[in-house]
Amino acid sequence: MAAASETKYTVTSTWEIRIDKEADIVEVRQRVRELAKEHRFDQFAVAALTTAASELSRNVWVHAKKGTARIDVLQSGRKVGIGLEFADHGPGIADLTLALAGGYSTAKSLGLGLSGTRRLVDEFEIETEVGRGTKIVIRKWKKDY
Amino acid sequence: MAGGPIPILKIGPTLLATIQIDLHDTVVDAFQNDVLEEIERTSAKGLIIDISALETVDSYVARTLANTGKMAKLMGTNTVIVGMRPAVAATLVRMGYFMEGIDTALSLEEGLELQKIRTTVPDTE
Repeated sequence: MAAASETKYTVTSTWEIRIDKEADIVEVRQRVRELAKEHRFDQFAVAALTTAASELSRNVWVHAKKGTARIDVLQSGRKVGIGLEFADHGPGIADLTLALAGGYSTAKSLGLGLSGTRRLVDEFEIETEVGRGTKIVIRKWKKDY
Repeated sequence: MAGGPIPILKIGPTLLATIQIDLHDTVVDAFQNDVLEEIERTSAKGLIIDISALETVDSYVARTLANTGKMAKLMGTNTVIVGMRPAVAATLVRMGYFMEGIDTALSLEEGLELQKIRTTVPDTE
């Protein structure tokens, strides 16, 4: 299902990483960091993307034990962006409003990761259904100063 | 020195732990245990955690490091985190995560200075 984006874009390259062990969190993180640096995002944007990737991969691992991370390099006119999609067939989030407000606290604190992550990126979309799973898409565009 | 991949050295009354690897959750958890065991083993008055090599500190790592500081404090040891990179500081604040209750310093040198002040002047709280 195509996610609605505020910006029209094309995907110029894509990578998919399966998340089914703890070490995959680091793998996703490293891949995102490499790509962000390769496309010359500044250090703050690299940190934002890498941290967001880490938070969201960890959520997949901790709550669903299995899922996928898809990393896309995006092009919109002359603007470059990076999009990340995390999908799992885990338990889903029962109270999304609470989770996004940062008030949801479980063993590894899903709430803080989700609400905090949202503040690091330009676009944040989430679909979740209890008992079915969760899909989160984030996008960050490179700023040209 | 504990058995994990993060070296913990003793400099006078201070333990210095330098994190130079990309952190797996189990590594940062083991690090916390190692640090507390080292504090007990060496009776260290201060702990410095050098994170100058860390490009990414997410909420799990931040929380574990902050908790490590609080645990060390319960054991009578003061903790200073040194070398936080600008992008790491910016990201943590943007996420809304403030590492409260823990000292920070820009460099190892300043960290050692701060430890001297903290561990020789009694806490009045």
